[in-house]
Amino acid sequence: MGRSKSKGAKEIDASSMADIAFLLLIFFLVTTTIDQDKGIIHKLPAWSEEPPPDDVRIKDRNLLEILVNANNQLLVEQEYVELDELKDIVIKHLDNRGKSDKYSTSPQDAVISLKNDRGTNYGTYIEIQNSLKAGYAEVRDKYSLSITNGSMNYKEVAKCAKNDDLDATKRNKCNELKKKIQGEYPMKISEAEPVNLGGN
Amino acid sequence: MSRFSKDSGKKETPAISTASLPDIIFMLLFFFMVVTVMRETNPILKIKIPQATELGKIELKESVAYILIGTPTDINTYGSAPRIQLNDQYAEVDDVQSFVKKSYSEVPDAYKGIFTVSLKVDEEVTMGIVTDVKQELRKADALKINYAANRKVVEE
Repeated sequence: MGRSKSKGAKEIDASSMADIAFLLLIFFLVTTTIDQDKGIIHKLPAWSEEPPPDDVRIKDRNLLEILVNANNQLLVEQEYVELDELKDIVIKHLDNRGKSDKYSTSPQDAVISLKNDRGTNYGTYIEIQNSLKAGYAEVRDKYSLSITNGSMNYKEVAKCAKNDDLDATKRNKCNELKKKIQGEYPMKISEAEPVNLGGN
Repeated sequence: MSRFSKDSGKKETPAISTASLPDIIFMLLFFFMVVTVMRETNPILKIKIPQATELGKIELKESVAYILIGTPTDINTYGSAPRIQLNDQYAEVDDVQSFVKKSYSEVPDAYKGIFTVSLKVDEEVTMGIVTDVKQELRKADALKINYAANRKVVEE
């Protein structure tokens, strides 16, 4: 130590290097947003020029009609309901199996029709879509647990069917399970062209 | 007492060397510098993404086209009516089709099958403009869409 002093060429003190690096590190930590693309995945129907045929009639009880107006109010089967009740109604409709006259005869026949106004808020629309998806997810989960003796819910089945790390036989088994569940509770959501009643 | 202190002085564990600390920190720093993606698009729209619970994930960024809808940040110049943003500019509903087709052609062939259009829409926007965009997407045959949403924290 004493020698270097006498020789003239001083060593640069590097002890503050860590502090500087820390500062930079914290800056990047704060500014980094590892943003993932998450959202509600949805499939649109293919475009066709001709208007939909009139004779597609679905038995009234199999159709759950949801209307949303420009004030974000919900009308389900001609009755005013709150947004947070929607999920339970969807589940009741899907899992009715002919019990009540109001809802569907079987899960395979159950259809949900959604019609919104052009003035409906996007936030409300997403909440409705979310409730519908959540309703389907719940009945599928229940069914999945019942056919796998409580070992796998629907999410796990779907994950396993997509997992490339698993061997083929296991994956095929999951795929079959997934198909069976989707066959039992097919997602049939029909979206009508929005109407313009709210004056927007 | 004196013997004890002498003993302990000999056997004392050496101080941990902090010489490698800067290196470790630098490594972390480089990691974050590499991972950080600076915002590609200028925020010309004010968008607050809605919250939901039933979320799916898009696995590959290469296969996604983004359409943003929201109110302009600069209300004085552009008004407060909701607008569409494609890439870095304001656009009209008519531009959506060509934009989607162009994005689709830029996707690598291997990922064409999972091409997704992600709609980042402000929750206050009315459905009218969203529906118009959706119809355009149907015409452009981009049927797989994603309503961008954040995870909702559910209080039990």
